[in-house]
Amino acid sequence: MPPEMDGNSSTYGLEGKGAALRGPEGASRRYGRDWAWWQDKLVASVVFVGGVSAIVFVLGIFAFVTREGLGFILHTMDVREFFGSIAWRPTSLIRPTYGALALIVGTAFVTGLAMVFSVPFSLGAAIFIGEFAKGRVRETLKILVELLAAVPSVVWGFIGMTVMNEFLIRTFGVPVGLNAMNAGLILGLMAAPIMTTIAEDALKAVPDGYREAAEAMGATRWQVVWRVVLPAAKNGLLGAVLLGVGRAFGETMAVLMASGHSIHLPTSPFDSVRALTATIAAELGETAVGSDHYRALFTLGILLFVVTFFINLAADLVVRGVRGGR
Amino acid sequence: MDKPTFERSAGISAPGTEGTGDPPALSAPAVEIRQLNFWYGSFQALFDIDLEIRRGRITSLIGPSGCGKTTLLRSINRIADRLGYVRTTGSIRVLGQNILDPSVEPVQLRKQVGMVFQRPNPLPLSIRDNVLFAHRIHRGKEAVGRSEEDAIVEAALRKVLLWDSVKDRLHQKALGLTLEEQQKLCIARLLPVKPSVILMDEPCSALDPAGTEAVEELMWELRGEYTILIVTHNMAQARRASEETVFMLMGRVVEHGPTQELFLTPRHRATADYIEGRYG
Repeated sequence: MPPEMDGNSSTYGLEGKGAALRGPEGASRRYGRDWAWWQDKLVASVVFVGGVSAIVFVLGIFAFVTREGLGFILHTMDVREFFGSIAWRPTSLIRPTYGALALIVGTAFVTGLAMVFSVPFSLGAAIFIGEFAKGRVRETLKILVELLAAVPSVVWGFIGMTVMNEFLIRTFGVPVGLNAMNAGLILGLMAAPIMTTIAEDALKAVPDGYREAAEAMGATRWQVVWRVVLPAAKNGLLGAVLLGVGRAFGETMAVLMASGHSIHLPTSPFDSVRALTATIAAELGETAVGSDHYRALFTLGILLFVVTFFINLAADLVVRGVRGGR
Repeated sequence: MDKPTFERSAGISAPGTEGTGDPPALSAPAVEIRQLNFWYGSFQALFDIDLEIRRGRITSLIGPSGCGKTTLLRSINRIADRLGYVRTTGSIRVLGQNILDPSVEPVQLRKQVGMVFQRPNPLPLSIRDNVLFAHRIHRGKEAVGRSEEDAIVEAALRKVLLWDSVKDRLHQKALGLTLEEQQKLCIARLLPVKPSVILMDEPCSALDPAGTEAVEELMWELRGEYTILIVTHNMAQARRASEETVFMLMGRVVEHGPTQELFLTPRHRATADYIEGRYG
């Protein structure tokens, strides 16, 4: 606590000087530092710490992951093997190999499938909520979409293992229902709420004057959306899709549970695949700290970190571009 | 026979907009309002409006803020419907058809009745696409060649005296134009679909005196071919840029007559007081 507070409380930090200048006690009370001033300072510093901590944590995580993985990258890693081979055999006693190609392709494939499913639905939902739905329907839908975002990922994985698994086996007659298709569907469902919400924000940011102008010229609602609103909101919509990609790309638990987790270059959506994230989650607990395997997993982590960082950065720049341009 | 129709129809052919067709149509009012009452929710904004807007003339709507002149204007192309909670009784006949009839499609109506807004609101497209916007919407599936579109754009921009200053940058964004140019563009984009009535809601309130003068000149230029109905707060503007004036107060039409007459010898006390600036 500042000394002024527990000193002469009537002058609120202006004792001596304030009293001498202003004479009567009432004057210094009026112009001195009162409780609200200290409250303001306190809140400002707490909020400052909160804001700065975001930067500290991001840098800290990056430093930690890099420190653990860098040794592997510099000494053990064979770049051609890492990006060119599908042989991920870190536990081999004879000759461990660290080919991450299948994992990278697995993640990309699953993410791609997820986007194929979720982009049309999310943008459609955003257009319906933002441009067509009215009143109570609109509010209910918004709440439901946000509720969808709150479902824990392990629950999604559970749905993938049980409901979706059986559904795929029965519908497509495949022997195994835990595959890229399953993970793609689940990830699509998981990425949809954030895409819908951000896309709807982007549509809402389009000035209503544009819609009114187009309607006054006789445009139907769909013509307004197609010819005016979507072109005007395209940066925001692209940003929404990129955030969805980032969400799907970084998801771990649901993918681990739904993808089948087998190292394999997929040739069809019904092949089982393994994702980068799932590999780390499944293997890290069983490696010796500091071993090559341990460090190789951290290298996967660096790869994930860098890719998601750039996806998010791109999304941010694209969304910002909307405001900067106008 | 070539009566315009605003009903749902696949055919988007321009109905009787040549204006020089049958003689009786010339003397008929372009807009005929009978016993119009208008509510926003439970608030009544217009009371028993009876009004005839003469074809090919510039008619100005004046009155203090909140007197209902903008509401009246916005009900003629039914853009007021956008709010969703409006209700009307009575009739508004545009080119002989009651546009408040449930069978009337606002889309077809708005082709006949164009609107210019208070703030210039070009769409975030190129200048060329702005001019062609309404035309593309209303021409349906009909294929129109590029050279034909070019001709449409040039004719519309020439009409609003904008062609010379923008002809070299037709593909640039319309939002980069000055406000005066934007407002002229907003008028130009109505012309390719040949509306019979143009509604203007204080079209000069965002412009400087030079821009105001340019737009007023343009209105004068369009007179005859188009029926223009303009809402204005600026009495001097009503006086110099319109042929007929309607004075409204508290949701009712108080007086309607030739502009010179209404300003020189108003018949009602309220009109006289308003134009002399005693209130409003």
